[in-house]
Amino acid sequence: MRASLFITCYNDTLFPEIGRAVVRLLERLGVTLDFHPRQTCCGQMHANTGFRGEAFSQAKRFVRLYQDSENVVIPSSSCVAMIRDQYPGIFAELGNESLHKDFAALVPRVYELSEFLIDKLGVEDVGATFTHRVVYHASCHGVRALQLGERPYKLMAKVRGLDLATMANVDRCCGFGGTFSVKNAEVSSAMLTAKLQDVLATKAEYCTALDNSCLMHLGGAMHREYAGMKTIHLAQILASTEADSEDNRTEAAQ
Amino acid sequence: MTHAGSERVSLDPRFAPPFPEAALIMLRNPQLRKNVGHAIDVIQTKRGKLVVEKTDWQELRSAASAIRVHALENLGVYLEEFEARCTAAGGHVHWAADAAEARQIILDLLREENASEVIKIKTMTSAEIQLNPFLQAAGVNVYETDLAEIILQLGEGEPSHIVVPALHINRSQVREIFARTMGLKNLSDDPKELTNAARTYLRQKFLTVPTAISGANFLIAESGTVSVVESEGNGRMCLTLPRTLISLVGIEKVLPRFQDLEVMLQLLARSATGERMNPYTSLWTGVSPGDGPQKFHVVLLDNGRSRILAKTKERQTLKCIRCAACMNTCPVYRQTGGHAYGSVYPGPIGAILTPQLMQMKYAQTLPYASSLCGACYEVCPVKINIPEVLLELRSQVVNQERKQAGRFFDLMYLGLRIANLIFATAWGFHAAQRMGRIGLRFFTSKDGWIHSLPSLGAKWTQTRDLRGLPKQTFHQWWATHAKEEK
Repeated sequence: MRASLFITCYNDTLFPEIGRAVVRLLERLGVTLDFHPRQTCCGQMHANTGFRGEAFSQAKRFVRLYQDSENVVIPSSSCVAMIRDQYPGIFAELGNESLHKDFAALVPRVYELSEFLIDKLGVEDVGATFTHRVVYHASCHGVRALQLGERPYKLMAKVRGLDLATMANVDRCCGFGGTFSVKNAEVSSAMLTAKLQDVLATKAEYCTALDNSCLMHLGGAMHREYAGMKTIHLAQILASTEADSEDNRTEAAQ
Repeated sequence: MTHAGSERVSLDPRFAPPFPEAALIMLRNPQLRKNVGHAIDVIQTKRGKLVVEKTDWQELRSAASAIRVHALENLGVYLEEFEARCTAAGGHVHWAADAAEARQIILDLLREENASEVIKIKTMTSAEIQLNPFLQAAGVNVYETDLAEIILQLGEGEPSHIVVPALHINRSQVREIFARTMGLKNLSDDPKELTNAARTYLRQKFLTVPTAISGANFLIAESGTVSVVESEGNGRMCLTLPRTLISLVGIEKVLPRFQDLEVMLQLLARSATGERMNPYTSLWTGVSPGDGPQKFHVVLLDNGRSRILAKTKERQTLKCIRCAACMNTCPVYRQTGGHAYGSVYPGPIGAILTPQLMQMKYAQTLPYASSLCGACYEVCPVKINIPEVLLELRSQVVNQERKQAGRFFDLMYLGLRIANLIFATAWGFHAAQRMGRIGLRFFTSKDGWIHSLPSLGAKWTQTRDLRGLPKQTFHQWWATHAKEEK
């Protein structure tokens, strides 16, 4: 199976270890990955702030770069949601017939990571070991836009040693919301504080999610508060094996 | 000293401060946030249990959405049908293009009755047109009869929620308001005692004031019927005891058939108050000789609604049946309460409805008062895709603002324009990453984290740290990884 990795702009810049984890995980499962060197951003930041024209140029760029890919894997729910939910409207308003057609043909082959593992590869047990207490944050785009449902839980259930904590208000927003965190910084911070109470109450060692944006938000507050909990993308957990769980822990703790 | 619940807030979008500013005032009020959090938790828990027991909940939502879409797409037909049936049954239908016209129609009707007093059922539409202050100024004493509205009227507060207007006030604050304004020094904060105090106050109004004003939850086109659903029974009193009844109703509230209530009422009570059925559902058609009000007027209010109707993406806003489930589930509303929205319509529905009613001339910060988490869309009983409308309105705000000269140097605009150039080519993107790494090095502590940033970045670092940029981006790592593979 071949797949193109769209790493997303912020993962490329801020969280390269997530990309490395996705590569390790998928290559271990026999997927041949390619990485388009010209990829940049899906346009979500612009679209969500109201800059539709700018978002259009990035959306168009995405379709043109990936229209010939067998599959596209994206380790970020909100970027996948951008593509699925917002591209159609943006293209209807600003695009032409051919772009619309190429997008319609491409979109069924665009997968969020847990969708790709479960729906496309048909695996739940990815051979991972991660002997820690973990709490899962069901991010807004994962749970409501993509309707990931049981997928992340199925994957975590098969990770050896993983002790999954249950959290109150598991699908309540952490308050990030992209430029919302700057435009409405105080409200965003209040939402973050409320979320953090639920997360920390689980006494887990790690908080995981399929969206690094939420984890950046939660992790930033944890670090500020000396909370003693760390954030880790689910791809990193799934990439961990018994042999290298020590290394992975070191890397995640950086 | 300000009394409980009487903090000065403006719910007139023309004068209200921008959302982030107004929100900050609310965030600094721990009592208010505690009251709001507690109240919506109670409603949400009840709602959750009742939604789960309806195995056909999603089908009901789809049916309700279809009914509302159909009604709106044929609004003219159904409004005229309603007018004909209501008139045939002895009612009088008036059409008001805007708030001023509606206020004047109502005042003229009251003057015809020589009314110096009027009792009211809770109606957000009357708050929308600022009816009470207008009538008071014209010499008509207005008495609210809904418990929450009495609390607000006596305490000189403003509504913060469309179903539970005094949601932000707790019972010890209610006690304070009642004790002070009713002269009941020994009143306790026992809910029964508080309700009794309100009942004694109200009974006299019900028995003596011959004119009433209501809103409506639904208009039924095929029968000319008007419907009000409520919990307290005060509405039933207002609808049956007075000689004259005036109902102020937004034009979008019409349903084609009586049968449509079957779907709507199942959804509305569960979504609004977490009840299988609301305690009082009143339905009336025109006038019945010798029974109930003998004069009945309906004032149909447009006030910007037909402009919303004309727009394909925004039209769904008008499907709303005012259940407030969206604000009860909203994580933003949960923190700020309703007053921060500077509108009688707060929460997610207010964030899309208010700027549209204001023709996008005011309340432009409201479409940004959301993290786009989608919880509102998930609970909406008529499936209004609120995030989609928020995004549409944001795009309109940007199109408006980018024409303003001052915006050219606005940091957010500048940043997003530059980001667009950066994302246009891989070369630009990679160069920006290199520059960012160099620039941020100055702000990065020895532990590899950024604790303080200037300018817009300070909005982030005021409460969170940011991990410093790693030495190697993913695409740089991939380049070496790909070579190793070969």
